[in-house]
Amino acid sequence: MGDCIAAPLGFGSEMVYNAVAEGNSVARLHESTFGLPEPFFGSLFEREWIDETFALSCPAENTRYTPFEKIAIIAASEAISRAGIDAASDRVLFVVSTTKGNVHLLEDLQGFETERVYLWRSAQLIAQHFGNKSTPIVASNACISGVSAQHTAMAFLQNGLCDYAVVVGAEMLSKFIISGFQSFKALSPQRCMPFDKDRTGLNLGEGAACIVFGKGDEDTLPQGTLIYCNSANCNDANHISGPSRTGEGLHNAIEKALAGYDRSKLAFINAHGTATPYNDDMESWAIFRSNLSKTPTNSLKGYFGHTLGAAGVLETIMSHQALKNGTVLPTKGHCNLGVAQPITVCTEKQTAHGESFIKLISGFGGSNAAIHFKVKL
Amino acid sequence: MAYINSYCKIDDSQVLLDGQCLIPNDEGDASAWAGSIYRHLGIQYPKFFKMDTMCKFGFLASELLMRQVGATPEEPKKDWAVLCLNSCSSLDTDRRYQTTIQEADNYFPSPSVFVYTLANIVTGEIAIRHKIQGESSTFIFQQLDCEMLHRLASNALAPDKASNLLCGWIDFEFGHCDVLMFAVSEQKKTDTAMEWTPANIKKCFMKQTWRNFYI
Repeated sequence: MGDCIAAPLGFGSEMVYNAVAEGNSVARLHESTFGLPEPFFGSLFEREWIDETFALSCPAENTRYTPFEKIAIIAASEAISRAGIDAASDRVLFVVSTTKGNVHLLEDLQGFETERVYLWRSAQLIAQHFGNKSTPIVASNACISGVSAQHTAMAFLQNGLCDYAVVVGAEMLSKFIISGFQSFKALSPQRCMPFDKDRTGLNLGEGAACIVFGKGDEDTLPQGTLIYCNSANCNDANHISGPSRTGEGLHNAIEKALAGYDRSKLAFINAHGTATPYNDDMESWAIFRSNLSKTPTNSLKGYFGHTLGAAGVLETIMSHQALKNGTVLPTKGHCNLGVAQPITVCTEKQTAHGESFIKLISGFGGSNAAIHFKVKL
Repeated sequence: MAYINSYCKIDDSQVLLDGQCLIPNDEGDASAWAGSIYRHLGIQYPKFFKMDTMCKFGFLASELLMRQVGATPEEPKKDWAVLCLNSCSSLDTDRRYQTTIQEADNYFPSPSVFVYTLANIVTGEIAIRHKIQGESSTFIFQQLDCEMLHRLASNALAPDKASNLLCGWIDFEFGHCDVLMFAVSEQKKTDTAMEWTPANIKKCFMKQTWRNFYI
């Protein structure tokens, strides 16, 4: 019903979409950020931008919230206002998606109270900012959190447990997160190259994204509305930090999400495409095994980096914008295909043929998810 | 209608299985306590020793429940899901990891610690052990709300999703363990099975956890 992206690349779903459609990215090499001994390539907010943007709507509360809470509130405010709902109603459910929330406060509380390191506390403050007093749900499922949050919100809507769901994904980077990915040797020293034969790892990124979901009769919805079809979450049961080699879990998730659907109507696949050797090979297996090798497939990590808890929501919004504009976005950073199974990576902006898209996502803990959306024509 | 076929509670003092004390804690310290439950169960699972303490307790409770319902670990389970709720996400390990990066001259981040700084790894460990291939999800709340657990779990039990579920509260922080897990299925599998309702969840949940005293 309403959505918004707040990312280093821009603010507002349309503005961010236009920046991406022009091929822009603000990801770059950071030499001494966060006091890390090694540089990293990533996409970070200007800290002043967060404070200034937040102050436009809440000047009195600028010191009350952490940067993580602020970007979540900035994205949610715009999405809620576009949806035109009363977010304070007890029929509105907040679902917050993040992996690490305010984890940087473990190093230094910076004047915040100790309970601010708890994800539930940030979620309460985000919901309460909009006057909502119901218990918010925090979905913290590593990299799949953003799709997991939407999957959960849909079940609450379908079961009549709420009238509207505000799904907000957000992630800020810190020494904690980057040092961990560096210790895994998972980061690329340059722009990541999803599905490329020369890919060496991922880029990390900051961002927040919010979608307000509601229930409605498809026939009366305005043109361009995002319509949820189905979703699934399937574990690999293989390894806590490595995906199944054969893409078993993701393949199962795709099969469940697309059960009974004519796959020729799928305009594109928005893959996770982190550009790590293992992830991209695994995804190519899952796509191949689901008979989707010929479906145009893209990854948006070259524009935003991997925005962790925000990724599932942010990339859903971007895919919605793309399909609404009749476009499949190219995979920035990709040059030469080099994955285990042949898939059709979209490298140039192309016309979308089809009525729907599927968003794939995988992460540590053996997690995989797929979510399928149509766009009202 | 679904049924609680078995439930398991592990706190600092004992392991309760279906309301009966199975193992009292004679060890004291949480890590030794987890080790003594592991030995009591008589299993051989070397990965256990790599887990952080929260994962160990979640793993042990799941092990007991799966035995109660007669599930074999090696058998792939597409119609099973695993759901964990807690308050601490992974903060116990987060704090431990933070000490490895806090000071520039004592900087040694380790991937084997970092991987446990994700709240959902406990569901991953359980899924790997029992080959659970359905949904795996972790949700964070200030406290265990039986109504919320019931809703989240019931969502996962939908016909096209899963017909069996390991779910509950798996929390570990400041050396205190607070685990209450349920084996829930659409079929009755034990003589002591109860209906899967918020009221019955509440019955299994003893209010006085360490956190009630702590906060």
